[in-house]
Amino acid sequence: MTFINYAAREINCKIVYYGPGLCGKTTNLQWIYDKTNPQAKGKLISLATETDRTLFFDFLPLDLGTVRGFKTRFHLYTVPGQVFYDASRKLILKGVDGVVFVADSQEARMEANIESLQNLEKNLREQGYELKTVPYVLQFNKRDLPTALPADQMYGQLNFKGEPTFEAVAMNGTGVFDTLKAVAKLVLTELKKK
Amino acid sequence: MYEEEYQQIKDILHRLQVDSNSKIVFLVDKNGQQIAVEGDMRGVDATSLASLTAGNVAATDGLAKLIGEKEFSILFHEGERDNIHISLVAQRVILVVIFDEKSSLGLVRLRVKKASQELERTFEQLLRKAEADRGSMANRFDSPFAEITDEDIDSLFSE
Ligand SMILES: Nc1nc2c(ncn2[C@@H]2O[C@H](COP(=O)(O)OP(=O)(O)OP(=O)(O)O)[C@@H](O)[C@H]2O)c(=O)[nH]1
Ligand SMILES: [Mg+2]
Repeated sequence: MTFINYAAREINCKIVYYGPGLCGKTTNLQWIYDKTNPQAKGKLISLATETDRTLFFDFLPLDLGTVRGFKTRFHLYTVPGQVFYDASRKLILKGVDGVVFVADSQEARMEANIESLQNLEKNLREQGYELKTVPYVLQFNKRDLPTALPADQMYGQLNFKGEPTFEAVAMNGTGVFDTLKAVAKLVLTELKKK
Repeated sequence: MYEEEYQQIKDILHRLQVDSNSKIVFLVDKNGQQIAVEGDMRGVDATSLASLTAGNVAATDGLAKLIGEKEFSILFHEGERDNIHISLVAQRVILVVIFDEKSSLGLVRLRVKKASQELERTFEQLLRKAEADRGSMANRFDSPFAEITDEDIDSLFSE
C-alpha cells in the first residue's frame, strides 16, 4: 500500500526482492547501498544468520528525489529465500507495491526458481494481490557463471506476463540499477492510474 | 492524510510524550511507514526504527496466530538505560514509546491507554473523511500523480 502523506508531501513505496535461496537478493541491495550517495539512503538493515543468509529481511530506504513536489521514498526489502522461512516471506509481502523476482541462472537452480515463483504467486494471493496485476520485474542473476542457462530458455520458463526482464551479475552491479529503475517506474505508473 | 487530522495526531503524541515523561513517541503503520513522531530523535534512525518495529510486530502477530491468539496488543522490551513500549492502536497502527528511568512502565501504560483512545477517534474521523471524499468524487483534490510523465520518472534516476 503506497503511503502518501499529503501533509508532509511524501510518498513511500515498498518494493520486495523475491527469489530462491542464494539467488542474490541481498547482493542486489548491497550494491544499491554501496553505489548510492549518502544523502539519498538510510541504513541497510540485514537480519541475517551467522552465515549471512537472510533470516527475516534486509531493508534499505532510498530517497529518489521529488516528483511533482512530493518526496519519493522507496523502501526496498528482501525476503529470506530458504524454503522453510515461508512464514516470514508472507509477512514481508504485506503492503507491497512492487516485486522483483531474482532468478538464479545456474541450470541446477532452475527448479528452485520455479518453486519460488509459485510460492510468490501463492503468498501474494494470500495477501490479496495477484501477480498478474502487481508491478513486477524479472531478473536473471549470475549471468557470469559458466553453468548459466541461455537467457531465452529462462525467459520461456520464468517470464509470467511479459514483464520487463534483465540479465544481471549482482556481484559487480550489472543490471542491478536497470532492474530497480524498471520496478520503480512501474510502481509510479500504477499510482497514476489510481 | 489530511492536514487537520495530522495536526491532531501530532498533538496527541506530543501530550503523550510530555505526560508520560518519555523520550520519544512514534507512530508507524503496520507496513513500517512512519506517520508521525514527537520527542528528541537526535541519534535515532527513524526509518530503521519504523521498519524494525513493523517487522517485530509482524513476527509477533505471526506468533499469536500460531498459538490461536488474535494478537498480542502490547510488547515491552527492557534495556539497561532505555525501554521500549509497543502497542497497537485500532488494530492497524503501531504506537512506540521510548523511555528511561525518568518514567516508569506503569505511567507509560496509563498514558498510552488514554492516548490510544484519542488516536482511535482521530483515525475513525480520518476514515470517514476519506470515504466521503471518495463518494463525492474526489477529483477536486486530484492526485498529484495523475499527470506524472515518463520524464518525471526518468529524472528521478538522472544522477
Ligand atoms: N557468481 C555470482 N555470484 C553471485 C552473484 N550474485 C550473488 N552471488 C553470490 O551468491 C551468494 C548468495 O547471495 P545472497 O545475495 O546472499 O543471496 P540471497 O538471495 O540473499 O540468499 P538468501 O538470503 O538465503 O535468500 C553470495 O555468495 C553472493 O556473493 C552473481 O551475479 N554472480
Ligand atoms: Mg538474502
